Amino acid sequence: MSGTTKNGLMHWIDQRLPVTATLEKHVTKYYAPSNFNFWYIFGVLSMLVLVNQILSGIWLTMKYVPSADEAFRSVEYIMRDVEYGWLIRYMHSTGASAFFVVVYLHMFRAILYGSYQKPRELVWLIGMAIYLLLTAEAFLGYVLPWGQMSYWGAQVIINLFGAIPVIGDDLTTWIRGDFMVSGITLNRFFALHVIALPLLLVALVFLHIVALHEVGSNNPDGVDIKKHLDEQGKPLDSVPFHPNYTIGKDLMGIAVFLIVFCGVLFFAPEMGGYFLEHPNFEPANTLKTPEHIAPVWYVAGFYAILSSVPDKLGGVIAMGAAIAILFVLPWLDRSPVRSWRYKGWMSKTAIVLFAISFVILTYLGGVPQTPENIIVARACSVLYFLFFLLMPIYTKIEKTKPVPERVTHR
Amino acid sequence: MKKIILIMMASMLAMVAQAAGPSIPLDSHPGDVRDTNSLQRGLGLYMSYCMGCHGLEYARYNRVARDLGIPEDIFEEYLMFTDARIGDLMTIAMSAEDGRRWFGAPPPDLTLVNRVRGSDWLYTYLRGFYADEERPFGVNNAVFENVGMPHALLELQGLCAEPLVLQRDAKIDPLSGNWLIEPGCQEYLIEGSMTPVQFDRAVADMVNFLDYMGEPFQLERQRIGIFVLAFLFVFLFFTILLYREYWKDAH
Repeated sequence: MSGTTKNGLMHWIDQRLPVTATLEKHVTKYYAPSNFNFWYIFGVLSMLVLVNQILSGIWLTMKYVPSADEAFRSVEYIMRDVEYGWLIRYMHSTGASAFFVVVYLHMFRAILYGSYQKPRELVWLIGMAIYLLLTAEAFLGYVLPWGQMSYWGAQVIINLFGAIPVIGDDLTTWIRGDFMVSGITLNRFFALHVIALPLLLVALVFLHIVALHEVGSNNPDGVDIKKHLDEQGKPLDSVPFHPNYTIGKDLMGIAVFLIVFCGVLFFAPEMGGYFLEHPNFEPANTLKTPEHIAPVWYVAGFYAILSSVPDKLGGVIAMGAAIAILFVLPWLDRSPVRSWRYKGWMSKTAIVLFAISFVILTYLGGVPQTPENIIVARACSVLYFLFFLLMPIYTKIEKTKPVPERVTHR
Repeated sequence: MKKIILIMMASMLAMVAQAAGPSIPLDSHPGDVRDTNSLQRGLGLYMSYCMGCHGLEYARYNRVARDLGIPEDIFEEYLMFTDARIGDLMTIAMSAEDGRRWFGAPPPDLTLVNRVRGSDWLYTYLRGFYADEERPFGVNNAVFENVGMPHALLELQGLCAEPLVLQRDAKIDPLSGNWLIEPGCQEYLIEGSMTPVQFDRAVADMVNFLDYMGEPFQLERQRIGIFVLAFLFVFLFFTILLYREYWKDAH
């Protein structure tokens, strides 16, 4: 090969480590459909936020002290005394919320265009595992500042496990490592938050991408681009991921995202109490319950489902089911087409109602419960579940539109 | 599809608009953290009247001196009443345990109270003390009923016989322009050294100071933010050029 003369070092490395081959497979010769629209930016953005979380997290760990006596003080020390500590902390706290914004949009994209359908079931399943881990990671991190909401939020979430019959109480003690949320809980949450879950997350993200690149990316039309190949065997309706998407499109998306992200970070880091909650500026007090314990916004939807069920165990089961049912989504969709562009009116209506009910649930999870709110929450919970439970029926019986042979650009 | 995005965005806005507000009507705090003179006056009052019980343990004296444009020697001479050194944290001698014994609860860090409840709350609260013989310190508070704190600013405000009338509840006769219900205290049991207008301004300065102390870098943050956003818009411009270059033959 010409590599020997062109670049001796690269050739030497390639014989020992497949750097060029890997780069080609996953970047320069990974052929992605040419009709990606803006919905396709959120995967890249979640990678960006993941890197942001890891980097800012490393620097926070240098100053944070994981003990019940020192945790709150050390966070205020970071905010007020450490040079640019406020910037690192706001990067991390804004990043946490941004992570869920981009991940929810990324997941919704998959629902819109049927990206979970065969042959991408594993991509979806690994993605769901990432989402679950991310929620756990966010919860653990939320406890670390050891403010009032950290403490009582931990109390409420851990107590959910107490609803499990027979083993519930022992299980909560085992999770806490104590009979109440204490410094021991804080210490183990710190360990899990900075080592265990990030390692797992990065590993799963790696698998998510390897699995995706094995089967190739879906697209807004949901057509299989590998059906029409050119003489070199590259799909006609495709462009190389690099440079067309990397610097050709994604960089632009990243710039827009960063403008929004930095707008929040520098001008409204508390985001009106949604990204950093006001009661969390009060140190954890084991004797004083806050007036209103609200879950942080990104889990509020599932919390609303939980609290709309009058029975505690029933609520926990409903919340668990709301997440679990997402895992089997690839097997609920019986439609012959992938993208909602070519699905029938029933699927379209279902997707829109699902999105609206989830947004309303997210809102309701954060406000105090009133009788009217509970009724709306119940109605939305039912809609949420019907989207999934009726999917095998409406995707099967509805009339779909003909899918084009080649991708369209609109 | 665009409709969905619009609906989602609209719902998000509704969420932010309905962020939990206080249940008691409050006077709005007329402060501005850019006003260094106000911050300096607030600092002076705070060190004289509040620092005895409410420490500022997350801040250092010299940081405050630098931010508020006060030379360190002057700060040490006129604003530090203990033998602390200029580089020390602004802690106090009273332990949390003593505070709990004497007042029922340890006096909280007021910069955090400001972040939890907002500056409007603090501004109204500090002006809200009135005489109440039933309470251990002879005063109660209109905003925080049965609070354990004594009226620390009594010599400035005086002692009001009744809960003060909030600006929101005051009424002006539209014809004559006179007060029907005047805001503030209606009857003083003890006269203070300040007029009500002076006192409101003093409290506003103090709350302003606490607002700054709660997030000392807030002005710096916004200043840097403008440069960051300016850079990002330039960056966006070039990424758009890249996009047009790479995709001009694509479709």
